[in-house]
Amino acid sequence: MIATIASFITAAIIQGIPLLYGSLGEIITEKSGNLNLGIPGIMYVGGISGIIGGYIYEKSVEAPNPILCIIISLAASLAGSALMSLIYAFLTQTLKANQNVTGLALTTFGVGIGNFFGGSLLKLFNESGSISLLETGKAYKTVLPFASKLGLFGETFLSFGFLAYSAIIIAIITSFILNKTRTGLNLRAIGENPATADAAGINVNKYKYLSTVFGGMIAGLGGLYFVMDYTAGAWTNNGFGDRGWLAIAIVIFALWKPKSAIFSSFIFGGLYIICVYIPGLSSSAKEIIKMLPYIVTILVLIFISAKNKKEHQPPQSLGLTYFREER
Amino acid sequence: MNNPKEKIHEPLFHIVKRSKDALPLWKSWLIRAIAIVFSLLVCSVIIVLLTNQNPLEVFGALLKGSFGSERKFWNMLQNLAMLLCISLAITPAFKMKFWNLGAEGQVLIGSLCSMVLMFTVGDKIPNLVLILAMLAASILGGIIWGLIPAVFKAKWNTNESLFTLMMNYIAIQLVSFAIMVWVPSGSSVMGLVNSSTKAGWIPDIFGQKYLFNIIVVAALTVFMFVYLKSSKHGYEISVVGESENTAKYIGINVKKVIIRTMILSGAICGLAGFLLVAGTNHTISKDLAGGNGFTAIMVSWLAKFNPFVMVITSFLIAFLQRGAGEIATNFNLNTSIADILTGIIIFFIIGSEFFINYQIKTKAKKEDK
Repeated sequence: MIATIASFITAAIIQGIPLLYGSLGEIITEKSGNLNLGIPGIMYVGGISGIIGGYIYEKSVEAPNPILCIIISLAASLAGSALMSLIYAFLTQTLKANQNVTGLALTTFGVGIGNFFGGSLLKLFNESGSISLLETGKAYKTVLPFASKLGLFGETFLSFGFLAYSAIIIAIITSFILNKTRTGLNLRAIGENPATADAAGINVNKYKYLSTVFGGMIAGLGGLYFVMDYTAGAWTNNGFGDRGWLAIAIVIFALWKPKSAIFSSFIFGGLYIICVYIPGLSSSAKEIIKMLPYIVTILVLIFISAKNKKEHQPPQSLGLTYFREER
Repeated sequence: MNNPKEKIHEPLFHIVKRSKDALPLWKSWLIRAIAIVFSLLVCSVIIVLLTNQNPLEVFGALLKGSFGSERKFWNMLQNLAMLLCISLAITPAFKMKFWNLGAEGQVLIGSLCSMVLMFTVGDKIPNLVLILAMLAASILGGIIWGLIPAVFKAKWNTNESLFTLMMNYIAIQLVSFAIMVWVPSGSSVMGLVNSSTKAGWIPDIFGQKYLFNIIVVAALTVFMFVYLKSSKHGYEISVVGESENTAKYIGINVKKVIIRTMILSGAICGLAGFLLVAGTNHTISKDLAGGNGFTAIMVSWLAKFNPFVMVITSFLIAFLQRGAGEIATNFNLNTSIADILTGIIIFFIIGSEFFINYQIKTKAKKEDK
């Protein structure tokens, strides 16, 4: 029984890490007042760019060096998601396009890129079969050498690749920057009321661009974790599924707080796979249990709107385009 | 304070919002047309880079996807009709600034309701009664799925875009559940239902399978144009969309308008679900709506909520998707290329709106005045 619970916790954390990256990225973006619905697409691109980078490296050398495997695929993934978020920032900030429509188009585009290159990468290099980066996947899955010696505790909490721990560290750093530094204060001020922030001499454009791009890059790491660690360097089309939308839901569940996002992500990760761990479920009942994360999100949405507490509200200018001369 | 001789720093250019309707209609359409031409150029460069084929051949394949044969043409029309139908459904809600991202789920629930009847009582009641019952059930299902978020929006101002988004996944799981119950073998793929009796299938008109759907959607387009443009409801929707405070001030019951509009929006989505099950697919899967619930948002937005312009924008998308599919099979690529191309074209069109709504004034021009 304890072993089952321990393996459930491990599985929930593994499922939760991509969600955590996605929701952290979205929190940073939303704090500046940008509602980036392109995050699901960005996460696909973050995953496939890492795969492409790793694939080209593994193909070009005889014996791939694990550290270079990680550096190259990580850099490729960050560059891919940064480019995607730049498209969003350019359209919504500089060209003042509608945020919802831009975000949805970005998701269509990003999922398309992921599935296209996932399905055609090998054909473009005149190879056949399916993508599987053995060396890079192994490098990402490297765990602390003493984890297995610590018994159940080590297996449950210490048996993850480095990207899992980085997610938690990034969450804590984000929380610190947002709440304890001048930069964070400025960013939050822009999210609440860009006109006031502008009048106070804060460069609204710069902050919005940077937070959108940084947010996108962090979200993209969620895609990278999924393809490199969870599936160990293999790509399946649409394998990442709807996790990007769940990440956006977690932002609300965590009430825009990076630290709460850590536990919210693990809870959602647990809900995502709990149907596997409940014994005696028929396959049709499993489909009903899979509704849980979405129903929980809806209940939270209703709850925070009914309570209408000030500190539980989204940034006030969320989703609105800022144009200095408009009032 | 400042040295008076110091030159005042002036930016090279600045941006001014155009007053409403300052730009003649033909000019704004010219800007959009230029954007589409540019986006097609970018698309063709990408395709040529990926395929190493003669660009003319690639464009030939793009055209062939929709106009290559009579069957392909009808398939394109069917795609266009369904996309247009869902776009018409979400338009009143979006015009009211109610971000209904749940069309996908509302369509799925509509088709699930039809399928339940078709599957359970398909051969027990007369066909006409069955089809009418399916129609009613689908519309009711769509209404319920649209109404739930609307009620909470009206009562507590609950964020509707995330609410409707989550409703999509609940609908998807319900469909998966139903398929698991109906197809016990575990293959989780449902074949054609009632393929021998054709109970619940809409009969062909003039030998054309898809003509019924197309006629229904055409009628719906005209209805939606008149509804939005000339009815009191349509006027109330546009006032609420422009400014909720103005609407309250002139005595419009905003909550009532939100709920009423979402009933209409959900009903048309349900109808789309009925058309998909009874008119075209005769089966159900969780991908039945095929992402059209999201694409419809872009179709409607690009057309500035004008139902007749939406015919053009949904043709553009349907044509592209068909064409990209043809390119994918001809040159041995993945069909997701269609999504990439759609994304690029939409980026260009939403980007071009900037040049319609804003004006860039350079320093030199200003000195002239």
